[in-house]
Order: sequence, then structure tokens, then C-alpha cells
Amino acid sequence: MRMLLFLLTGLLAWSACSSPEEAQSASVAVRFSHNWENTPVNAADFNILKFTNENGEMLSIERLRYLVSNVILTSASNEIYKLSSYQLVNLGEEKVTIEGNEVPVGDYKLSFVFGFTDTENVDGSYPDLNTASFNVPGMLGGGYHFMQFDGKYVGQSLAPAAFNYHVISAVNSADPNNLIFQDTSFKVDLGVVSISATTEIEIKMNIAEWFKNPNTWDLNVLNTVLMPNFDAQILMHQNGKSVFSLGAVQE
Amino acid sequence: MYTPVPYNLEIPTLFANKLIAPIIPANNPLTEEGVALGKKLFFDRKLSGNNTQSCATCHSPQKSFANNRQFSEGVQGILGTRNSMPLFNLAWNFDERFAWDGKEVGLEKQALEPVKNPIEMHANWETVAEKLQASPEYPDLFLQAFGSSEIDAVLITRALAQFERTLISGNSKFDRYLNGETTLTPQESAGFNVFMDEAKGDCFHCHGSDNNPLWTDNKFHNNGLDSNFSDLGLGAVTGDTNDNGKFKSPSLRNLIFTAPYMHDGRFATLDEVIQHYSEGLQPSATIDPLMKKVNQGGVGLSLQEKANLKAFLLSLSDPDFVNNPVFRE
Repeated sequence: MRMLLFLLTGLLAWSACSSPEEAQSASVAVRFSHNWENTPVNAADFNILKFTNENGEMLSIERLRYLVSNVILTSASNEIYKLSSYQLVNLGEEKVTIEGNEVPVGDYKLSFVFGFTDTENVDGSYPDLNTASFNVPGMLGGGYHFMQFDGKYVGQSLAPAAFNYHVISAVNSADPNNLIFQDTSFKVDLGVVSISATTEIEIKMNIAEWFKNPNTWDLNVLNTVLMPNFDAQILMHQNGKSVFSLGAVQE
Repeated sequence: MYTPVPYNLEIPTLFANKLIAPIIPANNPLTEEGVALGKKLFFDRKLSGNNTQSCATCHSPQKSFANNRQFSEGVQGILGTRNSMPLFNLAWNFDERFAWDGKEVGLEKQALEPVKNPIEMHANWETVAEKLQASPEYPDLFLQAFGSSEIDAVLITRALAQFERTLISGNSKFDRYLNGETTLTPQESAGFNVFMDEAKGDCFHCHGSDNNPLWTDNKFHNNGLDSNFSDLGLGAVTGDTNDNGKFKSPSLRNLIFTAPYMHDGRFATLDEVIQHYSEGLQPSATIDPLMKKVNQGGVGLSLQEKANLKAFLLSLSDPDFVNNPVFRE
């Protein structure tokens, strides 16, 4: 993972249409945090049936990693500063921080894409993601997972059962010879942030939202083998849109 | 002063295209002299306490650098408790956690352990260094490889690690298929689909894919072998009960050479392994959620699907690797 992070850091692509020469450059760090309805979640919380979703099922988290792309700052004059082309965030491993040093001080809109757009979701093209085994099988169109969220839940059966909440770009594979795709990546707009000389921005994921809004998720029905389930992928896509929010912005 | 010659690591095209670069520590770059010395040491019985065993005793080239015993026998005839792991593509283990339980961090550090382990080679590193120092050839070889003829455990393990990093297996039938050089049989192709189908084998989440030719994620999972653990695996290393029963996902390359299977060698055949995932899963608190059908015993493959999966797995065999004279004594 150290090598993965090293390479990803090296991939941080800085671009700007123009930059005021007189502007002071800022040092920006973006980090992802995770919570369950405002209670922080980290690897120490793994494997414990301690969360209850909107539908009433108790569940544990045992793996949570996801892909964000095109993390950008956009100025009022539509200058775009790309902080990261893509980043794999893994709750179970090291804290991931996206860093940049060449953004002029000022106010910006912060946004990113959850997953890859179809254009960027090119099968096998990202060696670091291949190495992390984040691929989607070719029979489902290839490309990459957007999220692997695994755990166990207690539902109608008393015995804990597995769930694999795996988000990919939706594919209807009812006819293997005629796959029908729907791009289920989505842009997350986090609002305006003020960038000063040294700024750390927190992006928060409320994990509970994946089960909640607008679709109440019933793990008794939708638990595993969700990758080829087109309808489930659409529901995930809808629920994902309320998962992220802007956290603390610290100078 | 002799300057060692940089070693040109031949990386398979598929690896170069699909994976990030292998790990070569800055303080132990590969050199022709270092690799040659590491190979000589790998096969040298002087590394054991009574000069009867070398690394190759338990890591035979013909067996993909494993052996075919459930447990290896140490120099004093004592059996170990884990199956000997095959050795290849180790430079692509990016977490650098080695052994079934991940207790060894870094190849150089890993090489320290079996030499001094009383149920393995049962030697003392100082004694090993003295034996090598007293030989007529080793001091010069170390001087050429590392610029010092003063032999110690650090330089010995650096040489061993250099040799081990050259053990690359990347020329199986499936590799050649991916390179467009051959075709799969219908059964192998059907088996690959079982492997990749989340509703069937769902092997790819832990064992790589056509886009990850390592055929392992190099992570640690509880794959449902037991409900009660006699061996805690990763849990004994980390002290975290959530890691109990977790062991490293082995690569699926070269399975035809590496029976028996699992950390404790409990399965003599590939059929038994497939049967385990199909119908033999055991529940426990730490079983990986990817073992999603544990409450039904497993993924429930048909006989045909099992046969197809086995055919695909065998297409990951790389005879060129095990027969490569460069890797032989």
C-alpha cells in the first residue's frame, strides 16, 4: 500500500487554465473521514456488529474501499485546479491525503467524482488499481469497482450473514451478447471552500447513508451478488449521492 | 574496488503493462554478483545448523520453490506447522508481508527467520557467517557483490533476497493466451468464467484476474477452513482477534506443482480445494464476507463447473519457471 500511495501521490496532476502571477500559492491537503451518523468509524470498529441501518438490521463493517476521481477546485472565474486524477481510499489501511501546493489563495468550489466516468473507466488501464485487485470482470463490462463495502448483518436469520455492497458502473447482462451499460458514477459538489496559505479539507462519508436515502436498503433482500444486479446498482447510485459532505476546513 | 554489475530484471510484458513496478529496496539493488551469490547461498547447506539443509530443501525449484510435504521437516526431524510456501513474483508483494501469517516484513528480514528457527534450519547466524567466512570462495564473492568480504547475516540475507526477487513466473498458458499467443480450450475458458463470476466461483476478489496476473491480492483472509482455530494466523502476529484465522491469499500460479494446499497443507488435491469453497465452508466470527455462501456451505458449484474451474486453474501453470536452469542449483 505504501508503494500504491507513493505512486498515487506522483500522479497528482496539477493543471490550471491560468493563474494570477501575483497570487500567493497555497498548500492544500484533502483527507477523507468516515462516520456512521456522526459517530467516527475507523479500522478499530471493524468486524463488530455495532451499526444499525435504516431498515433495522445490525451490521458490521469488514472492508470499505472506494474510488474517487477528478478531485478539483474551481475558482469563481472557472479556473480549474485538479488535485487528483483518481484516488483509492481504503478505510482499513493508511489515511489517504491528497496534497497540492500550487493553488492560489482564494475561494473555490470543491468537487469530485465518485468512481470513474465511462470515459475513464477503461478496463485494465490503471496498474495501481489492477495491483489492488479492484477490477470488474469483463463479463460485466470490465473497468473498476467504485466501492467494495463488505461486512456481515443480522437479519431475518439469526446467524450473521455476509453482505457485499459492491458498486460498479451498472450493466444489464441479461443477454450476455448485448450488455447494456449505464454510467453510475456521479459528481459530488461539496460547496465553496476558502483556501489560505495552508489548508486541510475534510471530506466526510456517512456510511449509513448508503442504506438510507432515498432508498431504504433491505439487506435481507439485497446482500450479495450485487455487481451483476442492474437494479441494485441504480439504487446504490441514488443512495450514494447523499453520502459525502464537506467537513472541517482548517487553516 | 570492484563495482558490481546492475542486474537486468526481465519483467514479463504482461506484468509491465498491468502492474506497478516491483519493489527493489534502495539499499539492496539487484546486481549480477549479488543475485549469483544469493543463488549459491540458497542452495548451500552451510546455512543450517548441521549442514544438512539449504533453503532449497523446503523450497525446491521443481516444485515452484515449495515442496510436496504437508509440513516440512527441520534439521532435527521436527515437523513444522505450516505448509512450505512457493516462492515467485515476490517483488510484487507491495505490502511486503511474507509468510502465511504475514509475520515477516521485507524479504531480507524474512530470510533471517528460517535459518535460526529451531524446527527449521536451527542454526546460529554468527556460526553461519563464520562457516562462510572460512570457505575459500565466499569472502571474494561477498566482496564483489557488496564491497566487503566481512560476511554477516545482513549481507547474507541481502544476497538471498536479491536471488528471490529474480524468481519470476509469468509464462503460463493463460499468460500466453492474454498475450495473444495461444487459445484456451472451451473448458479452460468456461472455468475462467466460473472464476470471474460473482454468482459462481467469485474467486477474483481475492485471487486476481486477467488484469492482475499475480493471481493473488497478497492480503489476508479467513477463507472458512475452521470454526475453531488451532492456528490463529495473522491474529497471532497482530494480537487483534479480528485477524484470527486469517492467512495470506496464495498465488494460484503453478498449483500443479505445489500440492498440498492451504496454510496447513490439509488438502491433497485441487479437487479438495474446490470442494471446500463449493460445499465445505465453516462459519466463524472472522470469516471473510466474501465467503458469502457460508450459511449454505459454499458457492455450490456443479460437477461440470468444478471441472471447468480446475482446468482453468491448471492453465496458470508455468513449466518454464520450474524447469528454468537459471534457477537450478
